[in-house]
Amino acid sequence: MADKLKLALYWAASCGGCEIAVLDIDEKILKVAELADIYLWPVALDFKYKDVEALADGFLDVCLFNGAIRNSEQREIAELLRRKSKVMVAFGACACYGGIPSLANQFDRDQIFGRVYFDTPSTVNPGKVLPQTSYRVPEGELHLPTFYNAVYKLDDAVKVDYYLPGCPPPPSLIWTAVEAIVSGNLPPPGSVIAEEKAVCHFCTKRKDEKTVTAFRRVHEFIPDPEKCLLEQGIICSGPVTRGGCGERCLSANMPCRGCFGPTPEAIEQGANMLGAVATMVEGKDEQALAKALETVVDPLGTFYRFTLADSFLRLRNRSLTAREAERAGAAPAPKEVAS
Amino acid sequence: MKRVTIDPITRLEGHGRIEIFLDDHGEVANAYFQVVELRGFEKFCEGRPAEEMPRITPRICGVCPSAHHIASTRALDDLYKVDPPPAAKKLRELFYCAHMIHSHIAHFYALAAPDFVMGPEADPAQRNILGVVAKVGLEIGGSVIRHRSYAQKIQEILGGRATHSVMGLPGGVSRRLSSDERNQIIEWAKSEVEFAKFSLKLFEDVVLGNKAYVDLILSDGYAMKTHYMGLVDEDNKVNFYDGDVRVVDTEGKELCRFPARGTAYLEHLAEHTEPWSYLKFPFLKGKGWKGFVDGQDSGIYRVAPLARLNAADGMATPAAQEAYEKYFATLGGRPVHATLANHWARLVELLYAAERLLELAEDPDITSDDIRVVPTETPVEGAAVIEAPRGTLFHHYQTDERGLIRGVNLIVATGNNHAAICMSVKKAAQAVIHKGEVRPGLLNMVEMAFRAYDPCFGCATHSLPGEMPLVANIYDHEGRLTQTLSR
Repeated sequence: MADKLKLALYWAASCGGCEIAVLDIDEKILKVAELADIYLWPVALDFKYKDVEALADGFLDVCLFNGAIRNSEQREIAELLRRKSKVMVAFGACACYGGIPSLANQFDRDQIFGRVYFDTPSTVNPGKVLPQTSYRVPEGELHLPTFYNAVYKLDDAVKVDYYLPGCPPPPSLIWTAVEAIVSGNLPPPGSVIAEEKAVCHFCTKRKDEKTVTAFRRVHEFIPDPEKCLLEQGIICSGPVTRGGCGERCLSANMPCRGCFGPTPEAIEQGANMLGAVATMVEGKDEQALAKALETVVDPLGTFYRFTLADSFLRLRNRSLTAREAERAGAAPAPKEVAS
Repeated sequence: MKRVTIDPITRLEGHGRIEIFLDDHGEVANAYFQVVELRGFEKFCEGRPAEEMPRITPRICGVCPSAHHIASTRALDDLYKVDPPPAAKKLRELFYCAHMIHSHIAHFYALAAPDFVMGPEADPAQRNILGVVAKVGLEIGGSVIRHRSYAQKIQEILGGRATHSVMGLPGGVSRRLSSDERNQIIEWAKSEVEFAKFSLKLFEDVVLGNKAYVDLILSDGYAMKTHYMGLVDEDNKVNFYDGDVRVVDTEGKELCRFPARGTAYLEHLAEHTEPWSYLKFPFLKGKGWKGFVDGQDSGIYRVAPLARLNAADGMATPAAQEAYEKYFATLGGRPVHATLANHWARLVELLYAAERLLELAEDPDITSDDIRVVPTETPVEGAAVIEAPRGTLFHHYQTDERGLIRGVNLIVATGNNHAAICMSVKKAAQAVIHKGEVRPGLLNMVEMAFRAYDPCFGCATHSLPGEMPLVANIYDHEGRLTQTLSR
């Protein structure tokens, strides 16, 4: 029998939902244990640096890495695991595109700290105490990782071989990926393990004509559950989002928010969604367009819900390692974004 | 001074670390529990449409995302001053009972059980869920996986997906339940009730049947006299979804009480900041922040299963009520200060959640079409409190007149317990570490002190073969590494 697969799973700036999604393959999880030796499990995070460091470079066959890069510790582990792994998989929306944590990229560190440690109504902090990366208590020195000025996706920090999108990836797709890894039947490096076509292609809601004069918000009316939500004026990212999710949100009568990231032909998910929305507006004259777009109340947070770290709007394609200043926290954060 | 680092220990809203300092005699001088991560949801939610919050805030924690989903949805009810139809409330609560079941099963079997079934100082390679399965049998192991899976599937039916569900809206839910789905849920719920009873029996056999464990649970090193917080219904029974927040003191007497809807929490709670942790420390305003001390005069309180049972007068379903009575009769009456009793309390709650799930699934309203009221009020401010698996959870939003978020305040379950966890860790360390002897089994016993609070930790960690993540470095007073322990 061939050697068992050597696997590592790790989580960085994420919520833990990706781990739960792995558990949701249910009894198949026992099969994974048969097929692979797990050297690191995501929740296991930064333990045993030394043990992982002691492994030969490239010792691990595959690392499934979920979560974005928000602080110095996460970046160090990403680099360590990249060295030790033959194949690095960006697992889930945060590792692929920054995910919801990267919505923080419209603010800088001082703004975030100010809100959390000074301004929230239940905080009592007359001495303006902030967490310090190094702090002397009577018994010795305590350390915290450096909180970066921005959130990065995994391939800003290290080279990524495959992308498994979704927030979280659906268990069926996780199993597809596991089977591909175990059988060695992997697609070309750089591939996204999901469908090529958009969510709309798979959505079973009835589609007629996409023209609207104004957009409406999900709480403002009860939509026809059989009919395309976008045609009813609800912003739905289905047209610009890669399929493969099983249209789970749509099955609960709620619109797609784009957690599978852009379709292969899309240059940028948010820009494409803006284009899709604009082309739907009836009349197409400038005034009608402006009026309709005013009804899109939060284009940044809606069109870039999961992909702000992957956006032209700021950090796309900038490698983390080339941004020493940012790492030290010295670089100013990008200013407000006009959509 | 020697120093012992346990890094990482856990996943509490992210990552955590324990630093233990030993004095010249090798006794514990102090211990720090640090939360080393921050993501800043309170800032980056600004500008978002309020109705999107139930789809954004669950990313705070993917292990209990439905707690944030429901807390957020209920905060929107308050924001828009809208009262959902009865069926909508019942669907949310049904969904939420399923969530509790998933979370409590994952925690008890994947995390807590290895310490008790295998033993606190057992070989770490065996001290995991597979070790437990090997010992109790594959049939039970399969049953554990199956019953967690039913709970996930119920959430998926209603919420579109089990993790990061999407059904919550101000004034109701986005999707009704079909009668076929309801019949399936009834069948699963009946099975969950039996499974919860089985789990309690297992706890009695394995833990209560072993005097050494009972002594450990009741020992002083794992006890702390604090106040307790939990949500209760109008009869003062434990409730996860709605009611009043009730705080009882170290003697079990009611200290304060406020509604789970609205901003009244601000009159009773405040948060303290320390420079050595990214997570703040909530405390009772009436008592004030007195530092890391327990007792009647301290502002430190606890949440989660131990606290919920202490803060309530009973359980609202019959079998769970019986289990509640047995729990307090065995542990010497209410309140119970033994931190490790959290595990038992969690199983009492598992039984309540299963019984309540069945009640709701059998309710004639549950398949109603009347599941939404469209809000008409102009939004300004809204807040709500629910019980997350790990404790009381507060969501508070302020908006402009269009319902775009201007301010967010969140006090999350683990946050409430932050100060208590710090103290429990120190106390356990002082109880088990003497004369500088620090071996892995003893460090695990330090970890057991915080593990009792945190149902999130082991869901994933212990599910596959592998060692518990832990490294302990011991430094001498000049900072030289003298010993490294890992397991």
